[in-house]
Amino acid sequence: MTDDKTTALPIGSVADLLAYAYRIEIDALERYRMLADQMEVHNNPELASLFRDLAGHEEKHAQEILRQAGEEGIADIPEHEFEWGTAESPEAADLDAAHYRMTPWHALQMALAAEKRAHGFFDHIVVSVDDPDVRKWAEEFRAEEAEHVELVERLLSRHEPPAKGWDADDDPPILQE
Amino acid sequence: MSQTAPVKSSDYKSEVKPVWCPGCGDYHVLLSITKAFAALQLPSEDVAVISGIGCSSRLPAYLDCYGFHGVHGRALPLGTGLKVARPDLTVLVAGGDGDGFSIGGNHFLHACRRNIDLTYVVMNNRVYGMTKGQPSPTTEPDWDSALSPGGTGLSPFHPLVIALASGANFVARAFSGDIKGTTGMLIEAIEHPGFSFVEVLSPCVTFRPDQRGWKNAVHPAPVEATDDPARAARRIMSDDGFNIGVLYRGTRSAYDLSRAEAGEVGEFDRMFEI
Repeated sequence: MTDDKTTALPIGSVADLLAYAYRIEIDALERYRMLADQMEVHNNPELASLFRDLAGHEEKHAQEILRQAGEEGIADIPEHEFEWGTAESPEAADLDAAHYRMTPWHALQMALAAEKRAHGFFDHIVVSVDDPDVRKWAEEFRAEEAEHVELVERLLSRHEPPAKGWDADDDPPILQE
Repeated sequence: MSQTAPVKSSDYKSEVKPVWCPGCGDYHVLLSITKAFAALQLPSEDVAVISGIGCSSRLPAYLDCYGFHGVHGRALPLGTGLKVARPDLTVLVAGGDGDGFSIGGNHFLHACRRNIDLTYVVMNNRVYGMTKGQPSPTTEPDWDSALSPGGTGLSPFHPLVIALASGANFVARAFSGDIKGTTGMLIEAIEHPGFSFVEVLSPCVTFRPDQRGWKNAVHPAPVEATDDPARAARRIMSDDGFNIGVLYRGTRSAYDLSRAEAGEVGEFDRMFEI
């Protein structure tokens, strides 16, 4: 399935934009928690911890958006009514890419791709929206996502790509016999 | 779960952590089901998810609603019985291709024929994953593996066509990785009267790593769904197996549950008295 970047997103007000920005962070944190659970179940505690940390960051971002929304709060848009112009909520990590022997390098690659998608989402709004207030807020969110991309790239620079055969397991939990 | 605030998809998730392999398509299906329930704002106490045996049949444990993890191949009889006894419930039956089309194949035919108002979701990965990778009824004849050297050479079961021929009232094919599309199809399937069948192509990344390529193979069905089962069957028989979308919307009325004789639970006790 392809992503459709030409979709006109139904964001006509700052309230809409804040709801979208908040939903992005909630979807991202729920996805990281899901991945952390997977890694715990499959005895990869290092990755479970890393995904929990990533979920924690997303939770902080969500709280910050709540704070920015002030007393009016976040508009209550039903989940299924969000239109992303992409297959999924942009910052939700790609579940397909998970593997029980994945390394921090793989996890950070997933995070990097997610942050880039979120950046692209806000960039699309900046260039396509007419309302100057919405554009101003979208520019701020885009700048924040650019910072997140840089942060993940810095973290990634501390990890070498895994050697070939990283997924080999001398004692696989599941094996055709 | 409070029913005063809108129900969120996360409200339907239980505290049990899935044991599926990371990368498994069934995680996506779990998300799609919770999103569909949330979109329909179904109170969790009004929903029951029934399954048989297999990886995907673990689903009820991961959901915070009523559920029953039944025996192998018998999810549809359980779901049918529940719907007849409690027509007020939304009944969703879930399972895999081995459970549903092999040992449960006969039940599949008759559930389609009876057209009772429930939804059957089959996560088709064309392999018995939980028992370590034996070919299933939907496995390609030339799939070569340690347990089927050279492939089985058998024609695969064609669930969508068989569902149509047997009387299912709604037929759709989804791809697990397309969460939004799958959610939409599940919403429609639940709302459509009668027996709704949704085949979800759900990759087994452990025993069928080649299925990771499905995300590049699937494509939207090129035509709108029809209400003519013969036309739908012809289309499905000649497609490439990766057409995604609602393929058939039937117009049959669901089985009239008032025909099922109502009785008190106590009457059953008396029937078993010696």
